[in-house]
Amino acid sequence: MTRPPVMSLRGITHSFGAVRALIDVDLDVSAHEVVAVVGDNGAGKSTLVGVMAGALVPDAGEVVVDGREVRLSSPGLARQLGIATVFQDLALCEDLDVVENLFLGQELRRGPVLDEVAMEREALRLLAQLSARVTSVRGPVSGLSGGQRQAVAVARALLGEPRVLVLDEPTAALGITQTAEVLNLVERVRDRGYGVVLVSQNMADVQAVADRVVVLRRGRVNGDFDAETASYEDIIAAITGIAPTRRRGGVS
Amino acid sequence: MTVPVVDRGGIPVADRPDWRWRSWDERDPGRIPVLIALVLIALVFQALNGAYLSADNLVNLALQASTTGILTLGVVLVLMVGQIDLSVGAVSGVAAAVVTVGFVRAGWPLIVAVLVAVAVGTALGAGYGWMFARLGVPSFVITLSGLMVGVGLQAQVLGPTASVNLPYESGLVRFAQQTFLPPVLSAGLVVAVVLAYTTSRLVDRRRRIAAELSAPSLGATAARIAALAAGLGVPVWYLSRGRGVGAIVAVFIGLVWATDIVLRRTQWGRSVRAIGSSVESARLAGFPVRRVYIAAFMACAGLAALAGVLSAGRFAAANQSTGGADLTLTAIAAAVIGGTSLFGGRGSAWSAVLGVAVIHAISSGLTLLTADGSLRYIVTGVVLALAVTVDAVSRRSRGVPGR
Ligand SMILES: Nc1ncnc2c1ncn2[C@@H]1O[C@H](COP(=O)(O)OP(=O)(O)OP(=O)(O)O)[C@@H](O)[C@H]1O
Ligand SMILES: [Mg+2]
Repeated sequence: MTRPPVMSLRGITHSFGAVRALIDVDLDVSAHEVVAVVGDNGAGKSTLVGVMAGALVPDAGEVVVDGREVRLSSPGLARQLGIATVFQDLALCEDLDVVENLFLGQELRRGPVLDEVAMEREALRLLAQLSARVTSVRGPVSGLSGGQRQAVAVARALLGEPRVLVLDEPTAALGITQTAEVLNLVERVRDRGYGVVLVSQNMADVQAVADRVVVLRRGRVNGDFDAETASYEDIIAAITGIAPTRRRGGVS
Repeated sequence: MTVPVVDRGGIPVADRPDWRWRSWDERDPGRIPVLIALVLIALVFQALNGAYLSADNLVNLALQASTTGILTLGVVLVLMVGQIDLSVGAVSGVAAAVVTVGFVRAGWPLIVAVLVAVAVGTALGAGYGWMFARLGVPSFVITLSGLMVGVGLQAQVLGPTASVNLPYESGLVRFAQQTFLPPVLSAGLVVAVVLAYTTSRLVDRRRRIAAELSAPSLGATAARIAALAAGLGVPVWYLSRGRGVGAIVAVFIGLVWATDIVLRRTQWGRSVRAIGSSVESARLAGFPVRRVYIAAFMACAGLAALAGVLSAGRFAAANQSTGGADLTLTAIAAAVIGGTSLFGGRGSAWSAVLGVAVIHAISSGLTLLTADGSLRYIVTGVVLALAVTVDAVSRRSRGVPGR
């Protein structure tokens, strides 16, 4: 069962000054597939997310979307190519209300002015789809709980039907019910034919929804597992580097 | 957590539906306390001096406040993106010098002199914006250097006499000093604005109902319309008992009104608030952050230049003290007193009107009482400290640390 990937990263390398955050990382995401990216703190997961989101231009490596090499030089461009991202820190604007945050940078307009009515209606629809309980869509985001914010950020990523959804630790702030909702959503999005990259520290989440598990360790890919067959111990070993594992991409 | 009320479509609805249709600025609680303060100021000074609330005094007060108000409007824009411009006074001084020297000494047509002056200001703003957005120099440093450059430029342009008078019969002086809207025109404008507002409210309400969103009741809509009609109509009527609404007052209010619409209703305005709230989030959302910064600095300096041109007209002269002393600080104070946050992201064009009204109400009152300017500084300083404290405390209470 091999499908052509919707998005492939090839040889992505990126440094922050002396810190080598990503070293020669390859990653493929196909339609109808959830790829989990796991790794310890500081392994480079968020940096990889930044590259996919167009927020970071890597030092080296290429990104291929739908068979064409693209340069993700800005977040807007990544969005246009159908790559939607929920950042680890959510990237919301505290002073703006829920509707404004949902449509941030992608406002609907009627002629020259913003179409608040259409945006509010769509916001309510998206939030309902996520069964998100947001008290007031016209209240500022600063008044929301962590889980509610997460829901707003996820709803924003779903705007405009992306083809690849990148989620950086989307369940970190969530309670049991909300986590289940997000995981359900990940599966629904996959079943609609999207590719999903799910960055997570939570192995339970990963085992619940992932089709493939890619392990990052100190900036390198340290294992690429089939979620069906891989054992929990193998993955943990690849994350921590303690036990010998099937390695890819050199020493660590 | 409370159980959400669910409407027909299975959509969780706010517990307080009347809250939702309001746009951000209308919810802003900053406005009511300022209005109350304004009323108190008026009552106190009226009790101390019966001439304070006379139509003549208020006509003058409005004229004085308007040039500062235009400066303040620019400051509001820069504060909204979370930056500051400490040079607005100096820029207005440069523009005043350029317009008078260009018109009187170089013999340029008035319109050319005005355009050149405003262009010089805008160019300075573009320089600030470029240095800030491209090179990452902190805005208070850039604009502080801009202030010095501006003061020097002003002296260079004015030349050795250091003061240039504008002839009283020149169009600029007549416009700034003696032009008032005829009562019919100002009344007509009020009616037109109220009608336009009514229409937009009703259309908005209809669309919301059609979209099955919560909509304000007709009564609430009517109350808002009545508030606007009174808020515009009463001052205009009262001023008309004196000389009326000055031309520069009309320019100021018109600029505020237009800026308010741009800030609230356009994507550019949304990007301004998003950047002020969180630059990083705005960048990740795909807004052209640098361009917005540059535009904000340009608009601020351009408005400062316009204010300088108008004050040259009002005083029929430009000299080295035009735009000097405390003008910049007054403008920044007014923006904050009016409810624009020093921390970016929150504010409104109308805060320029409110803030400048408070400051000039105080200074005009104190001037009527004593000729001594020192008290004025002290009182304005205390009011500013109060406003900034309220700003910082309200920011903290929303869980956002101050910068
Ligand atoms: N903006 C930055 N400037 C400098 N160094 C950075 C920056 N962002 C990340 N790093 C470094 O790059 C490495 C990878 O960081 P990254 O945020 O990608 O890790 P992560 O896997 O997402 O960790 P976590 O699980 O804690 O979110 C870390 O060593 C970090 O210190
Ligand atoms: Mg991370």
